[in-house]
Amino acid sequence: MDHPSEDSPSSSDKSLGPTNHPQLPFPDEVLEKVLSFVNSHKDRSSVSLVRKDWYNAERWTRSKLFIGNCYSVSPEIVARRFPRIKSVTLKGKPRFSDFNMLPRDWGANVHPWLVMFAKVYPFLEELRLKRMTVTDESLELLAKSFSGFKALSLSSCDGFTENGLKALASHCRNLTELDIQDSISEDVGGGWLSSFPENFSSLEVLNFASLNSDISFDDLERLVSRCKSLRVLKVNETISLDQLQRLLVHAPLLTELGTGSFMQELTPRQYEEVETAFSNCKNLEALSGLWDANSLYLPLLYGACAGLTFLNLSDAPLQSGDFANLLVHCPNLRRLWVIDTVEDKGLEAVGSSCPLLEELRVFPADPYDRHHRDGVSESGFLAVSHGCPKLHYVLYFCRRMTNAAVITIVKNCPDFTHFRLCIMTPGQPDHLTNEPMDEAFGAVAKTCTKLKRLSVSGLLTDVSFEYIGKYAKNLETLSVAFAGSSDWGMQSVLEGCPKLRKLEIRDCPFGNTALLSGKLKYETMRSLWMSACNVTMKGCGILAREMPRLNVEVINDEGSDGSQADKVYVYRTVAGPRRDAPGFVLTL
Amino acid sequence: MENYEANGLNLKATELRLGLPGTGNEQQQQDQYSSSSSSHQQNVKNNYNNNNKRSSSEIASSCDDEQQQQHDDGAPLAKAQVVGWPPVRSYRKNVLEKKNPESSMFLKVSMDGAPYLRKIDLKFYNNYFDLLKGLENMFKCTIGVYSEREGYNGSEHVPTYEDKDGDWMLVGDVPWDMFVTSCKRLRIMKASEAKGLVSPL
Repeated sequence: MDHPSEDSPSSSDKSLGPTNHPQLPFPDEVLEKVLSFVNSHKDRSSVSLVRKDWYNAERWTRSKLFIGNCYSVSPEIVARRFPRIKSVTLKGKPRFSDFNMLPRDWGANVHPWLVMFAKVYPFLEELRLKRMTVTDESLELLAKSFSGFKALSLSSCDGFTENGLKALASHCRNLTELDIQDSISEDVGGGWLSSFPENFSSLEVLNFASLNSDISFDDLERLVSRCKSLRVLKVNETISLDQLQRLLVHAPLLTELGTGSFMQELTPRQYEEVETAFSNCKNLEALSGLWDANSLYLPLLYGACAGLTFLNLSDAPLQSGDFANLLVHCPNLRRLWVIDTVEDKGLEAVGSSCPLLEELRVFPADPYDRHHRDGVSESGFLAVSHGCPKLHYVLYFCRRMTNAAVITIVKNCPDFTHFRLCIMTPGQPDHLTNEPMDEAFGAVAKTCTKLKRLSVSGLLTDVSFEYIGKYAKNLETLSVAFAGSSDWGMQSVLEGCPKLRKLEIRDCPFGNTALLSGKLKYETMRSLWMSACNVTMKGCGILAREMPRLNVEVINDEGSDGSQADKVYVYRTVAGPRRDAPGFVLTL
Repeated sequence: MENYEANGLNLKATELRLGLPGTGNEQQQQDQYSSSSSSHQQNVKNNYNNNNKRSSSEIASSCDDEQQQQHDDGAPLAKAQVVGWPPVRSYRKNVLEKKNPESSMFLKVSMDGAPYLRKIDLKFYNNYFDLLKGLENMFKCTIGVYSEREGYNGSEHVPTYEDKDGDWMLVGDVPWDMFVTSCKRLRIMKASEAKGLVSPL
């Protein structure tokens, strides 16, 4: 339900259809049968707007719910409209909360949703949450309320301890998926894994890589050996190499593996056993973990890499030599995540070894430049673009970049859908010419016609935003930091990008004029975030007054003078102002 | 790795010119910040500085952020830390600094005239260039250029280290890898005291 704008659709439905012929209504059963094949929530939204009987048929047949902003709608409204839901995806906090820009206890607590689901959707099977607070109480409610519950996925969620997970493990007899990614929960103890009953064997996906739980290896080994359908296993750092080997022996059919610690004093026999275990993983498509991997132990992996399409080295800072040697064994890579310790030389190896590459993410080892490492630069990115023409997703953290390089890169790879470039020093110009990076992002906007997501950085004037507004007609998400010269920059984007859904801005000279210029547009978008800009409480107040279907929320920093609006979060909603907003969130 | 040959110092001599932060490339960037001729640059700078002021309470309360102070001479902040920037998740910030005793090598560093010692982790540095630059930043001193013939002749400060045998050696004489395994502690001496350590070639 991307935009629940219509509780009751248009009633002028009698004369839709080709020219003069009155529309013959479908029998309900036929319509419902047809709709059972329509899965995308966007398509279903469109279907529901056609006419009233389509709206009803759609709401009765929808089984998967997608709510991109948990505050855009309320549990009550959802429950009223959709009587038969089996799968729910809910997203909560704005993305900048990942970087500590939101105070704790901001909200996005899943509990009221679960209370409603327990009442209305007893057959719920799947719950996928992103950036939400999930308490043990909620997990216990979940575990006890849905007898057929199968899949729980928590991405960037916080609030739970091992007790919540224990409840899940003990009560969900049919659990197939427990997938915890990027957990922000502190110290989740390890007892939960031992809470799976002795006869429990349905697990297909188990990911606890981001929890620092000290689990019982013996219980894990038993669990893995019982679950014959296990295809995804991602363990945490507490699992050693030889322990991993024992797990692999029980689960040779894994398609996705996240290793534990990859450094250990191994005897020659152990080394051979681990090597053999990896060679037997014929179905491996994705590999991650690899903490502390180094040149001694990386070769253990080689036997498992032939079919690898996704290699995630974002927890393993490698040097370029080891990295290049590993890549030689991974010719089928489509997605690659690395740390910038591999440097430009390592990226040259990517260009020469990975012709099928579609996605590259390069993370900084030293984001605060404490150790003055080189990291990667424009030449590494260029090398990849030369060797990987199918590249369409990039996330690149670097300390320097040039306009010329980016222009060449998008010439080599015009199919970018996601272009996220982070030049780490705020406001840094082209390091060769000292000019703003306007032309770089102009080239991206102009050349990459399929561009859906863009993050800009470096020294940027309004010109870059003019380019974006003029050319980036498919842009849906834009992230801006320390950029722009005046309100006109933001206005250009708001006026020019018809498909814009999410706009997040920090530390830019955009003020009330820019904010208010988009007031009508925000109702077509999921949300707007502006922090440390030139927006005032007065401007926010005007926006709130004129647009009642938007929530305009302000958080002011301590010691702020009260006239500036330090953090502004604007989003469309049919649920009215939040009822659970903590004291520091002012809803205007 | 193919770079950082033999003694790790066969870099172009100019690249070893280590001055205070604010010389060389960095100066150009900071000129951008401090120039008032271009309004857009000024706006960027204003917002950057304003943000620092505004979010100082957040910086103070945010767990693992370090805030560098402005230099006493009023030179712009070299690398002030801003909340939430760069946009990396908390666990990624610590990729190099994990508490794995096998992968770190903390050493004491003393500087003549400084009231207390510092600790650095040698594992963070790839070569002498990085190390000396790091030391210069840490102690706000100039160490200057190493040469085989003359050591650090001409510099105010000279980096020395105590090796496994307990001898005090000049930093830079042996290959980096050898240095890393034999260095027990570092001492940055005043040039006037370091005469005896100049390589006698």
